[in-house]
Amino acid sequence: MTEPVRIQGLCKAFDNLDDPAKPVLAVNQVNLDINEGELVTLLGPSGCGKTTLLRMVAGFEEPTEGDIFFGDRRMNNVPPNRRDATMVFQSYAIFPHLSIFENVAFGLRLKSQSRKKIEKHVTEVLAMTGLSGMANRSPTQLSGGQQQRVALARAIVMEPRVLLFDEPLSNLDAKLRDQMRIEIRELQQRLGITSLYVTHDQVEAMSISDRIVVMRGGVVEQVGTPREIYSQPANRFVAEFIGRANFITAKVGEANTVDLAGARIALDAPIAASPGDSVTLLVRPEVVTLSPTEGIINGTVRRVMFLGNLTEYLIEVPGTDPWLVELSGPEAPTFTAGDTVRLSLPPSSIHVLAE
Amino acid sequence: MVKVNKAARQLKVLARDPVLVALIVVIFSAVAIFVVYPLVKVLIASLQVRGVWTLETFGQLGERRLYRSAIVNSLSVSTLVGLLGVVIGYIAAFVLTRLDVPGRRVLHYLTMLPIISPPFVSAVSILFLFGLNGVVTKQILGLQDFSIYGFHGVVASQVFTFAPIAYLALRGVLASINPVLEDAALNVGATGWQTFWKVTFPLSLPGIASAFLIVFIESLSDFGNPLVLAGAAFPMLAPQAYLEITGSFNLSRGAMLAVVLLIPSLTAFAIQRYYLGKRQYVTVTGKPSASASRIVSPPVKWALYSIVVLFAAIVTLFYGVIVIGAFTRVWGFDYTPTLAHFAYVFDVGFNAVTDTLIIALITTPLSGLLGMIVAFLIVRQKFPGHGALEFGSILSYAVPGTVVGIGYILAFNSPPFVMTGTLAILVLCFLFRYVPVGIQSGVAVLRQIDPSIEEAARNLGAGTLTTFRKVTLPLIAPAFFTGLVYAFVRAMTAISAAIFLVSANWNLMTVQILNQVGSGRLGVAAAYSLVVIGIVLVAIVIIQAGVTRMTRHSASVKV
Ligand SMILES: Nc1ncnc2c1ncn2[C@@H]1O[C@H](COP(=O)(O)OP(=O)(O)OP(=O)(O)O)[C@@H](O)[C@H]1O
Ligand SMILES: [Mg+2]
Repeated sequence: MTEPVRIQGLCKAFDNLDDPAKPVLAVNQVNLDINEGELVTLLGPSGCGKTTLLRMVAGFEEPTEGDIFFGDRRMNNVPPNRRDATMVFQSYAIFPHLSIFENVAFGLRLKSQSRKKIEKHVTEVLAMTGLSGMANRSPTQLSGGQQQRVALARAIVMEPRVLLFDEPLSNLDAKLRDQMRIEIRELQQRLGITSLYVTHDQVEAMSISDRIVVMRGGVVEQVGTPREIYSQPANRFVAEFIGRANFITAKVGEANTVDLAGARIALDAPIAASPGDSVTLLVRPEVVTLSPTEGIINGTVRRVMFLGNLTEYLIEVPGTDPWLVELSGPEAPTFTAGDTVRLSLPPSSIHVLAE
Repeated sequence: MVKVNKAARQLKVLARDPVLVALIVVIFSAVAIFVVYPLVKVLIASLQVRGVWTLETFGQLGERRLYRSAIVNSLSVSTLVGLLGVVIGYIAAFVLTRLDVPGRRVLHYLTMLPIISPPFVSAVSILFLFGLNGVVTKQILGLQDFSIYGFHGVVASQVFTFAPIAYLALRGVLASINPVLEDAALNVGATGWQTFWKVTFPLSLPGIASAFLIVFIESLSDFGNPLVLAGAAFPMLAPQAYLEITGSFNLSRGAMLAVVLLIPSLTAFAIQRYYLGKRQYVTVTGKPSASASRIVSPPVKWALYSIVVLFAAIVTLFYGVIVIGAFTRVWGFDYTPTLAHFAYVFDVGFNAVTDTLIIALITTPLSGLLGMIVAFLIVRQKFPGHGALEFGSILSYAVPGTVVGIGYILAFNSPPFVMTGTLAILVLCFLFRYVPVGIQSGVAVLRQIDPSIEEAARNLGAGTLTTFRKVTLPLIAPAFFTGLVYAFVRAMTAISAAIFLVSANWNLMTVQILNQVGSGRLGVAAAYSLVVIGIVLVAIVIIQAGVTRMTRHSASVKV
């Protein structure tokens, strides 16, 4: 049923109406392998080419270059209605003239299955997506969340080879978004369908994905599990796009050490630069601890912001940009603006950014 | 170079969908054969005399006063009718959309009534009222030497026939102007009068110009009213072209007059479509603009209202006269009630009724579907020649029927296409002549529908045709309805092109009406007119019911 997806050297150039000589490269040389049953997310800022990439997989856009494979089959010349890669649209795209039941049954009817079989299957999927009892309603009589579920039901009832999602949750309010995210993930894992999911919400991407593809300007910046993307971002753009970050300039010393703000730290991982070079370190705000006395770097509290589950400090450190530090948990000490503090950070949590 | 690449790419994608390719090829060829080819034939005929290329026929324009006055007469009539039509249409649209006045619904329907009847019914009414034996001129006023024939007769009749078209167009324009804009002007201290001239009027100006040009084209191409009311002393282009061909069998002169008729029509159409079309200020806010306009004072309001009521009253009078005339033995002499005229229609003249119905019943679904398919191709598909197809398929909207009729007898009387005298030629003529309205409303509705709804259908496995049938068509049902109704009404009421194409085998009620008027039997003409109007009303109800069934769930859906 479901199959792995392989994308090779995929490019899409759109005509540029302002300057016909310079086409818009919406997707640029993308390579990506999605394993069977895996959920991969395309994440990136607006206009980075996520939707275009997804639409090429669905067959709605013609690649300018490159290939798309489902399993061993090259899909480039397969029209969208034969791809068996059903999609959950951002605008839901529910057929307004059909009942909920008929919306979900639409694709099955085209396969000319028996009435009985269709009825059984649709009822099952409606139950699975929490739509039991709404089969005969018209789409206008549904809430946004329910419409979202119809779009989902309509896609999974086809038991497709690949499931595609284009920002499916962007029209929902925050609470519903969290809930639907969990539902989609559970359903996808239960059914084990290979999925490609587009979002520009990093929290959504982190929580739902097996792996994340971070894109910028049509180019893939990094592919990795949520953990890898967060703790070992390939570059400054990825680090900044996912979570919050301090970028600290340091000098490489002898024997895998770095010098920063008067302290020398021995790193766990080997550094790809030679001694004397300047490097940028990524330090996540939550890995730093503060204490009145213990620590390796001196600093002064500049600003304090209490946010409930954590407290955010801006610490002035001589010789570097101010550090953002987040402390949480019942044991965390508290400070006020003007306090002098000492900072410590475990060497394993420091990541040297590639230039 | 870039262009060629693009076409090649589009062809490559298209090639995967053979059904779509076939559809595009068929429509392209059909438009070429049934829209463009006849026009080319007219042009060629006007430039040839007995097979020799010459400008001789156009030279006739300088030599013969008859032709020159036909041009002047036609242009002055259509300009005046355009102006009067727009003034009446604007007032009616303003009163009926923006003012809180009693009886808006009834007035709306009365004002629209002329649209669904044959375009020269008012000419027959005018003869009943002001003709040689007219009630008003002879019975009431006892005038001896009054003649309704000529400039004033044609203008009067056409204003009543075409002002409703301006009304419909301007209604949409006025309804789309957000009343909040007027309130804003009043709020900063403008008087109602200033607000109208500085806000409402400028905002509706492109719409007004566009309505003027539409009425101008309609009036210029009108055939029935001039034929009935112009009279021998007042030649006009469309009937003159007809007379050249059917009276003197002079094809090249007829074709030459057709070309002369075509030039102003096409010019007006080009301005309307390519210049004004892009200048309409539609303020779509999603909020209904129900609030009544506050810019007119009560006396002005009631003055405007009385103009609309007067117009509606005259419409009522005209149709009332037709009803009475249909049941009156000999108008002007013997007013005893009779069913003799209907007896004639349903006996001797019944062939024309069945012929017309058959033609309309074949044309309507074809035209409705073709319109929606072309709209779908124009809005949703990319293929080389896209723009040409769009232009070609709506071109016939601007071509006067007389020109089309002459083109069809020139084009389809000789190999490779021999069709004169058949049912096919009438159906094809109506099909391509009246499909543009369906196309244009289909395009307008489709542009507002999220394309991802159709993509969803493709994504779930539907091919192009299935997507069209199961998703697109139901979604554009309102446009489909418009296309069907327009095609049916026009097929029932058309005359200018059809009069060249009817034969002993296939005749039309409208042609019968004109013949009866010609031989002075107004009662039979009135009876035929009533039958046409009755059939059209019934058909609208049936089409409405059919289209509603097709879209059960979407009745309340906004897309
Ligand atoms: N049909 C088109 N013609 C020309 N340019 C296009 C077209 N579709 C997309 N683009 C351009 O391609 C780029 C990528 O667009 P795309 O829709 O894939 O972005 P996205 O990552 O999905 O953004 P968002 O998060 O805002 O949805 C953008 O610069 C966009 O302007
Ligand atoms: Mg997008």
